Amino acid sequence: MSNQPIVEVRNVHKSFKAVQAVRGIDLRIEPGEYVAILGPNGAGKTTLVEMIEGIQQPDTGEIFIEGKTWKGNEKYLRHLIGLSLQETHFIDKLSVWETLRLFASFFEIGKERCEEVLGLIELDEKRKAWMVNLSGGQRQRLALGIALLNKPKLLLLDEPTTGLDPNARREIWGILLKLKEQSNTSLILTTHYMEEAEQLCDSIVIIDHGKILKQGTITGLLGEIQDLPVKPVETRKITLDDLFISLTGRHLND
Amino acid sequence: MIERISNSQLYHLILANVRELIREPGVLFWGIIFPILMSLGLGVAFTKKKDVITNIAVIGQNHLVQNPGDSATLLHSFFVATRARAGRDHQGNLTRTLLVPDDKLGSTTFIFHAMVWKEAMVMLKRGNLNIVLDEKNGMVQYHLDPMNPDAQLSYLKLSGMLNRSAPVVPEANAEIKPLTVSGTRYIDFLVPGLIAMGVMMSCMWGVSYAIIERRSKKLLRRMVATPMKRSNFLIALITVRVLMNFVEAGLLFLFAWLAFNITIQGNVAALFTLFIAGNFAFAGLAIFISAHTAKTEVGNGLINALSMPMMVLSGVFFSYHNFPEWSIPVIQKFPLTMMADGIRSIMIEGAGFAETALPIAILGTTGLVFFVAGMKIFRWH
Ligand SMILES: Nc1ncnc2c1ncn2[C@@H]1O[C@H](COP(=O)(O)OP(=O)(O)OP(=O)(O)O)[C@@H](O)[C@H]1O
Ligand SMILES: [Mg+2]
Repeated sequence: MSNQPIVEVRNVHKSFKAVQAVRGIDLRIEPGEYVAILGPNGAGKTTLVEMIEGIQQPDTGEIFIEGKTWKGNEKYLRHLIGLSLQETHFIDKLSVWETLRLFASFFEIGKERCEEVLGLIELDEKRKAWMVNLSGGQRQRLALGIALLNKPKLLLLDEPTTGLDPNARREIWGILLKLKEQSNTSLILTTHYMEEAEQLCDSIVIIDHGKILKQGTITGLLGEIQDLPVKPVETRKITLDDLFISLTGRHLND
Repeated sequence: MIERISNSQLYHLILANVRELIREPGVLFWGIIFPILMSLGLGVAFTKKKDVITNIAVIGQNHLVQNPGDSATLLHSFFVATRARAGRDHQGNLTRTLLVPDDKLGSTTFIFHAMVWKEAMVMLKRGNLNIVLDEKNGMVQYHLDPMNPDAQLSYLKLSGMLNRSAPVVPEANAEIKPLTVSGTRYIDFLVPGLIAMGVMMSCMWGVSYAIIERRSKKLLRRMVATPMKRSNFLIALITVRVLMNFVEAGLLFLFAWLAFNITIQGNVAALFTLFIAGNFAFAGLAIFISAHTAKTEVGNGLINALSMPMMVLSGVFFSYHNFPEWSIPVIQKFPLTMMADGIRSIMIEGAGFAETALPIAILGTTGLVFFVAGMKIFRWH
């Protein structure tokens, strides 16, 4: 049991009519591990993550969470995971506190945990503010707070910092790093930002066109850069961006 | 126990929907104030037959001048005989004003304006008057549109008076017994229609649109990615709407009772049941049309395509018996018609369960069928 992965994805495919969004992905994530999924727009990140979240079904292949498939274990797994979608607008005219309470009620969680989460995401002074009046960063923090309500064993965040300024981004990173210290939660996070992956995650999965191009630890991947066909400009520090560009021929943030 | 309830999904979902509803100023206006204003406006316009003022054009000044000399005309002698008050209107035309009191049919004030033919035609086209008098060869001529019932009425009243040279009221007046029993006025017809329409609109926008909007904002997808029970989501949405519909209908009725003294002649329990059945029918329809689309524009179109024809055809404002004979059996099968007619039959005609059992059953079945069909194709993502 001890070496059972929290997530195991086996040869998963998913198409939308003509578009092959995910084309044969295998993935294994250990308890407590933080994994970044990097890829340009349309790479298939959201599709992959939503299949792990049980929101979409793969056409072929299998997904296990704690060794269980979604089919037949939905109730159990819903309590096990926490997530935030790429774009969610909560109810405009509910306050931060009311929104937290609403989502907490879905897990049959009471006030105390809501207070705790409110402190964790540092939105205490905004507890009475309506959704419409929150900044982008505050909204993302709330989305993260909602994902954390049930103290999930597995946390899945789809682009939690896209569109945020560097400060707001760092606030989110802070929360996630604290969580890593204090719990054994595993994290799957999709991002366009190499820096985010470097700051937060133990390992990195680079995908494009629905396939994994590279995966490994940061140091491992950086080591590979030395053998790249395209040499980065020498005056600059070599980064994972260079790896990415050489793999995909594109910039991450395109 | 209290702790259990206050942490329960359904409680919080209902609370969220109530909050969203009461924090939306438009809901208050369209749901409560607008129907009341409508009943007030239309009720006053069509219910209280106010004393009427009828404007009449008379071609030529000589009929109205104080002293026509030797060329006294029929019209002139009529004004003299009836002691019609002389004056001038805003345009500076000579006028004669004649009040014919009538406490049964309502008094009429006739104002005769002297003008030339061309001016009379302009006024006619603007709807300021509907009859033009002229005198030729010792005969009074009436120019009017025979298709216009108001013009016909003016003609009948005027010709009666002119023949007698007196401001008379119809002889048969003694036989007229004004019907003041409630239930026969326009307001009595209108309020049940407005109540039914309110339920339809509230379900269409409050349930359908709310679902589509939540789907388009991915909130639906986010919610079902938790252990939330899907049925709770729908139950909360519908419950809050139905409660709101009760409040709306109650306030409209209260207003109509205070302002127009409308009453419920029939069985209140039947009315209650019919109201619930109507709510159920429209909630089912609302679930069905919002089952699939994630585009609010499509939702808008669907809602309008469904509710507009019913609003026009189902006899909310005017009886559908004005529509062609063949269409009436079709119109009578619309849920809005069924609900409005049912409420009317209870409120006005004093109907009970016996008369409304069929519409109640049909509305209930409609709701059930569309609800089940809607759930079959419902997209949570
Ligand atoms: N519901 C859908 N219907 C049709 N095509 C879809 C659907 N969802 C995704 N796709 C397509 O699948 C491909 C992968 O999309 P996906 O959203 O997974 O990419 P992504 O990596 O998350 O991109 P982004 O960085 O822009 O969020 C894209 O080509 C997209 O257009
Ligand atoms: Mg995405």
